[in-house]
Amino acid sequence: MVAPRPALAEVWKWLAEVPDPEIPVLSVLDLGIVREVSWALEDGQPMLRVALTPTYSGCPAVRAIERDVVRLLHERGVANVVLEVRLAPAWTTDWLTAAGREKLRAYGISVPGPRPAEPGAAIDLGAFQDERAACPRCGSATVELLSRFGSTACKALYRCTACREPFDHFKAH
Amino acid sequence: MSTEPDLERFSWLLRLGDSALVLAQRLGEWTAHGPIVEEDLALTNVALDLLGQARLWLGYAGEVEGAGRDADRLAYFREQREYRNLLLVERPNGDYADTTARQFLFDVWHLYLLQALGASRDERVAAIASKAAREAAYHVRRSGEWVVRLGDGTDFSRARMQAALDDAWPYTGELFAPDALDDAMAERGLGCDLRALHAPWSAHVSAVVDAATLTRPADGWMHTGGKTGRHSEALGYLLAEMQSVARSVPAQRW
Repeated sequence: MVAPRPALAEVWKWLAEVPDPEIPVLSVLDLGIVREVSWALEDGQPMLRVALTPTYSGCPAVRAIERDVVRLLHERGVANVVLEVRLAPAWTTDWLTAAGREKLRAYGISVPGPRPAEPGAAIDLGAFQDERAACPRCGSATVELLSRFGSTACKALYRCTACREPFDHFKAH
Repeated sequence: MSTEPDLERFSWLLRLGDSALVLAQRLGEWTAHGPIVEEDLALTNVALDLLGQARLWLGYAGEVEGAGRDADRLAYFREQREYRNLLLVERPNGDYADTTARQFLFDVWHLYLLQALGASRDERVAAIASKAAREAAYHVRRSGEWVVRLGDGTDFSRARMQAALDDAWPYTGELFAPDALDDAMAERGLGCDLRALHAPWSAHVSAVVDAATLTRPADGWMHTGGKTGRHSEALGYLLAEMQSVARSVPAQRW
């Protein structure tokens, strides 16, 4: 007997339910880390391949995400799942979806701007200057960088100089 | 078909992985001891990036060796003489200026190295390096800013930053001094020419040192040996702490 093979469109819908454990308002699809979903055959049985691209090399959420993806697919009756960790091309915040950006903003996290020049371009010393962030609470663009790292590797800590509230900024990467 | 493992590539990958791992461990020592909470977070986040990179390099090294050693096995069950990291990264944390000087001099080199390795003929090396380069580009900005803050700060912070830079400087020669293994890897199109990294490194370091109103130390005698396993006493203590749990309960799983 051959196991059922849910349509890939259905699988993508399911994956939208897997949250980022550190920013649970975002799903793995909002993050843009699910690169490919496809069916293959293994010993005559369907096997679902899922390719994930980690955000930061050391991000501790990656392992939890891998586990959550496999668990969800098992719950939906997909017994045979193979995860591929795909490093290239490297993840970038350009892959954050428009919906994901909206959710971040609503959650109180400032969204990343255009990503910095590709490594390989001349390095801008750029000390003490950073990407333009806007206060997610009052919308003011007059903000200051407090720390290059915030509560997770992917965020920096800013303060709005208009409403004085500190906020997390998702770094362009 | 059986092919001989490419032990040259394995040894070279250990150098990349070990430098990232040892520096990550050093920075981890600052956890909960940072001078301000923002810097505590920053250092541990940089450590996390480096640890992630170390896992990728050592994981690949283990596959190339083909002897069943994974990243954890390589990290926890090798002796000091088997470690291939640069001497610069095993230097003790010292004060905040020492940590900053070590980090800045490494970060600039690391970024240019990773950029060069992004063109490696080994697709796996190129993928890891390209990913890590994004992270290193951010590290460079942070550590450079701290060199400027401390150098162009008070007389006291300036003196400490200058002393730290002077102390770390004799460990920078090793970054650009290829040995036969580095040259062989460069010739095979897998590694890169370390000498070629010196000019851009030097220009960047000078620009930051100038902005910090510090004096660039003169090149003199340089320490070498880390890449071939001849380490300072400091590495032994670091490894003892890092490896103690894994060695106490070697078959334990999380």
